Amino acid sequence: MLNPAAIRGDFPILDREVNGHPLVYLDSANTSQKPREVVEAMEAHYLRHNANVARAMHTLGAEATEAFEGARVKIGDFIQARSSDEVIFTKNASEALNLAAYTLGRRLGPGDEVVISVMEHHSNLVPWQLACEASGATLRWFDITEDGRLDLESAQRDGLINERTKVVSLAWVSNVLGTINPIRTVADWAHSVGAVMVVDGSQGVPQRDTDVNALGADLLAFTAHKLCGPTGIGVLWGRYELLAELPPFLGGGEMIEVVRMENSTYAPPPHRFEAGTPPIAQAVGMGAAIDYLNRIGMEEIAAHESDITARILSGLGALPGVHILGPCEVVDRGGAVSFTVDGVHPHDLMQLLDSRGVAVRGGHHCAAPLHRRLRVQSSSRASGYLYTTPEEVNALVEAVAWSYDFFNSRTGRKS
Amino acid sequence: MSVEQMYQDIIIDHYREKHHSGLRTPFGAEVHHVNPSCGDEVTLRVAVDGDTISDVSYDAEGCAISQAATSVMCDLVIGRDVADSMALFAEFREMMEGQGEVVPDEDRLEDAIAFAGVAQFPARVKCAMLGWSALRDALVRSGVELPRLPDDKE
Ligand SMILES: Cc1ncc(COP(=O)(O)O)c(C=O)c1O
Repeated sequence: MLNPAAIRGDFPILDREVNGHPLVYLDSANTSQKPREVVEAMEAHYLRHNANVARAMHTLGAEATEAFEGARVKIGDFIQARSSDEVIFTKNASEALNLAAYTLGRRLGPGDEVVISVMEHHSNLVPWQLACEASGATLRWFDITEDGRLDLESAQRDGLINERTKVVSLAWVSNVLGTINPIRTVADWAHSVGAVMVVDGSQGVPQRDTDVNALGADLLAFTAHKLCGPTGIGVLWGRYELLAELPPFLGGGEMIEVVRMENSTYAPPPHRFEAGTPPIAQAVGMGAAIDYLNRIGMEEIAAHESDITARILSGLGALPGVHILGPCEVVDRGGAVSFTVDGVHPHDLMQLLDSRGVAVRGGHHCAAPLHRRLRVQSSSRASGYLYTTPEEVNALVEAVAWSYDFFNSRTGRKS
Repeated sequence: MSVEQMYQDIIIDHYREKHHSGLRTPFGAEVHHVNPSCGDEVTLRVAVDGDTISDVSYDAEGCAISQAATSVMCDLVIGRDVADSMALFAEFREMMEGQGEVVPDEDRLEDAIAFAGVAQFPARVKCAMLGWSALRDALVRSGVELPRLPDDKE
């Protein structure tokens, strides 16, 4: 088993106090904290090796290019890609999904259908709305069951995926419900009608051992800042044959072959999709994050996530007035635990918990349609990572119980 | 500033029992305002009779701060003339944007001075302003002439 107490030494921020209490950081699904070695790798890059990539031919340029392309190789290996040419650097997962929706959208027309789900993050929803608006294609979606899982049965009954379906795009792990979706099953279904399977791996890749081939994805988006890496960089992985067919997304330097005033030809993947100076130092940081995760081991990290999630579910589940959204047992379930507390709005709960050093997220977590579907206006969300300890879960549970009393009983409020 | 000081009894009491809540007729204009970062929302109606705000009614969902602020606002402005209500709006906004530096006039703001502590939490100022912004918008839409207020950014 992974030992979070030992790991915490690598994350200086976790020693902080907030409002006179030790920080209890339970907002890792929003963004993870960074180990010292990631920050140091980026610092060393800027202070010792900084230059532009590809276009700078001098020694520093060669070093920067090697570091940048080296990170691409590490990331490809991390998700078991067949080649690092399948790894496209973007600014974040949102840009990766926009890249997918824009380029696949160019092949769509009236009569075509795109299928997503009601549990998607806005980043895997709005880009497809835009693609459908631009092309005349129709957007359809999976519903969820009462326990917060993808409703495969009703989808089958309604022929949700059919010969008109050109793209299916789903979250691997829901950032609100924690549900792990059966990507392989849906991918096989999508492939049987010739559709492309896009996967939003923003919450899955940081916590689980990822094998893109086993997963069944054709395109997979994820973001570095949720896996101990820096902000400002994300990835779209794609099957090479598919990437080779797709048109460019953004135009500019580095993505071209021959440029004339009348027209241009484009570089092969992945550079075709990387216009302009890329996030170089961020790629170095992302590579260092992946080295770090590999050293600890993704199997260990996933097991630890399950352990922490089980503790949060049983701790919060035992409190009066607390309702958990999404699966209540750790079966096909990731680490985001969203909940409501009777009489305490998530915004107020966040404030009360913060006063005790406990950081959670309150709101709709960029999934407003899902909250509407669940008939709640908003929720609170606790999410841990490899550095989260059982003691922190206890602190959360105690602080939620205190907040409930603070709002719901006069004596509790006045004590 | 502790949360106990922020969530004063007045705020909790208004949150528990919102005054003037529920949509009523007649009304001159209805608006719907949201705070996209947290999802707080209010549908608000205003009725104006001559120079006077004769009714404000609303259907709102959100945090204690936004709900209580809207409730307190209705107590203050119903039956008050439009120009003076907008002067109150300006005074409340000045207090909320003052980061705790502005000393509010209790005779004017009454229960609304309980929100002075919220002014120290910049992320929550929008919550306290939600109902007030909706009111002002509703007055504009109902066609009444509004005075220009100090510090208007528009
Ligand atoms: C499921 C999911 N998809 C997409 C995103 C977007 O990630 P980013 O903000 O890095 O683009 C997030 C995180 O916010 C997420 O949880």
